[in-house]
Amino acid sequence: MNPLTVFYTIFTYIAIAIFILGFLTKIWKYGATPSPLKIPTTPAPTTAFGAGIRVACEALFFRSLFKGNKFIWLGGAVLHASLLVILISHTRYFIHPVPECLMYFQVFFQNIGHYAGYILLLAIGYLGLRRIFIDQTAYISILADYFILALIFCIGASGVLLKYITRPDLVSVKAFTLGLISFKPEAVPTNPIFLIHLTLILILLIYFPFSKLMHAGGIFFSPTRHQVDNSREKRHVNPWD
Amino acid sequence: MAKVEIEIPEITGRIEIPRIKEGAASGDKFRSYPCKEKDMAILGFPTQRVEDWRQKAIAKMGELLKKYKSLQVYLDTCVRCGSCADKCQFFLGTKDPKNMPVARQELLRKVYRRYFTPAGKMLGKLANAEDLTEDVLNEWYVYFYQCSQCRRCSVYCPYGIDTAEICMAAREIMDAIGVGQKYTTEVLGKVLTIGNNLGLQPNALKNTLEFVEEEIKEATGVDVRLPMDEEGAEILLVTPSADFFASPHIESLIGYAKVFHQAGISWTISSHAAEFGNFGMFIGNYSIMQKVSQRIADAVRNLKVKRLIVGECGHAWRVAYSFWNTLVGPFDTLDPKYPGPQHICEFTMDLINRGVLKIDKSANDEFSVTFHDSCNVARASRMGNCAGGQFEIPRALIKAVCNKYVDMAEETIKENTFCCGAGAGLLTDELMQVRVAGVMPRMQALKQVVDSHGVNFFALICAVCKAQFTAVFPKYGLPMEMVGGVHQLVSKAIQI
Repeated sequence: MNPLTVFYTIFTYIAIAIFILGFLTKIWKYGATPSPLKIPTTPAPTTAFGAGIRVACEALFFRSLFKGNKFIWLGGAVLHASLLVILISHTRYFIHPVPECLMYFQVFFQNIGHYAGYILLLAIGYLGLRRIFIDQTAYISILADYFILALIFCIGASGVLLKYITRPDLVSVKAFTLGLISFKPEAVPTNPIFLIHLTLILILLIYFPFSKLMHAGGIFFSPTRHQVDNSREKRHVNPWD
Repeated sequence: MAKVEIEIPEITGRIEIPRIKEGAASGDKFRSYPCKEKDMAILGFPTQRVEDWRQKAIAKMGELLKKYKSLQVYLDTCVRCGSCADKCQFFLGTKDPKNMPVARQELLRKVYRRYFTPAGKMLGKLANAEDLTEDVLNEWYVYFYQCSQCRRCSVYCPYGIDTAEICMAAREIMDAIGVGQKYTTEVLGKVLTIGNNLGLQPNALKNTLEFVEEEIKEATGVDVRLPMDEEGAEILLVTPSADFFASPHIESLIGYAKVFHQAGISWTISSHAAEFGNFGMFIGNYSIMQKVSQRIADAVRNLKVKRLIVGECGHAWRVAYSFWNTLVGPFDTLDPKYPGPQHICEFTMDLINRGVLKIDKSANDEFSVTFHDSCNVARASRMGNCAGGQFEIPRALIKAVCNKYVDMAEETIKENTFCCGAGAGLLTDELMQVRVAGVMPRMQALKQVVDSHGVNFFALICAVCKAQFTAVFPKYGLPMEMVGGVHQLVSKAIQI
């Protein structure tokens, strides 16, 4: 195996390990830390099922953000929707052979996937401009906020370039990804834009558990959203009292 | 003492999002008086800032991070989206960017990053992590005592981040190193030694109740009793101590007494539990909040009552409704049909629905009424069986005793309600500028209905709101007599 392949194989495994271990460590911490008191933001659901719906509406539709600011909601919703489409589109690199029943979806996502790429860049651009030109948002934005916008933008831009300008050899890309999953590493494609795309993604994976991106897990552990409002009917016990 | 010049914002009827003005709320006019040593001693806190305050503060933060899921999750999860930024009345009123909820949280979060996250420990300023310096501690003191823990910000945050939780933690850390606020620690000192926020001794309370009985007799010709410490009564009423003599609070007390009288249900006040308010929550201190609540649990048991009813108070209702069961419950000696505590509005509304009370709505015809949803009632509690009952029941009660009612703008009421600007330890004279700024959005919304519907009665169910609005209305050109309790309206309409 050539040195580039060795480097990227090890780098990829380490990045994924850091991401998974880091994410799980944080989630474990959120889960294990007690909630001594009932603090749902009211009006709140009075049943567990209702609380589940509330959390789902936040995670899927960003309900509270919609109440707060329609523009931020639009930017955020479009960003996350396009990310979701792109992520689903990329699953084709990890499945072989593609079963008959999924073929339709693969083609569908391939077709809309590249639009999602452009839309992602527009959404990131919009959110970035907000952090520069609106004085309240500029005041509260920290380096990490600009960094992540720049990182995801470059990942998206390199992805778009890969689609249209410097198409790598798809067979060798899929051989590389499938090789990683089966722990039988294959040569990494040498297309420079591909390597940039991959490197940035690996940086993102390593950065993820140490950053605000943990809101992806944190949202499910927010007591003001997942707690049931039934403090009179059922005594909430404080584990440390 | 030189008179402090208070700037009163202009009331146009519109709430505008201001451009930020750094440092606008950092001066002396925005700074609480510091604690007194004797009060800190009563509460078990260091009486002065300790020598190793930095290490102790960081240790305290570490302790709280393990005890409160909210604190741990919320310090990690903020993405600086800005949805909360223009929602805080203190930002809208002062224009100081550190009063934006996200920025207020950042004062604590940047120190959290420095001492508790790998990025902060390794990269410092690059990761927006800051050492806990004198300047930072000063910022904490100035800005965490400009938050009324009203939770408005948590409504609009995509993750429900509640700045009140962060504020409580910051205050708890500061108290642990001997940096306390005079007002909250002074009040708590009185509660823990005498039993209520105002330092009323039992015989003073008895005299007050007799005085109220005489007032009612003079006004109505009817003997309405206000019993104290009567064992075996059906109901124990716990109400904010301000209801016993402050104005307009006492009118609500008269209202409660008339309601109990006409319902024919025996009731009593407890001199041991003569305070509904709980400042323990304001300083984020679980054990003090529990000690204050314990008096009520003890009174329920000792007086052998079957129902526990609480009076018109905002943050206290939050503690009662959401926390009492955990802190000092279960209330297993109460009638299970009425799990404690019950809000007086729930109680009175139920009586009216069953036709028990004789009401003449025309007694309130001089009033065009609007209702202000108190922050903690709106966003941290419930009344009745359905979510949102805390909005419907007080309004239904008002409409049952008044003919003319109108709501303020939708985006300023119910879950969107603006805090009165004086909750959670801000109702103190030296913070008048903060209070005047914080109440500004509510005054804008009120102006609209004063102009459009001639509103002349501003109905409340919170002792702090009543005190705050009677103080600030004159500054904003409105008569303080406009301010009153919901049970004040009941008192006028009820035919005993």
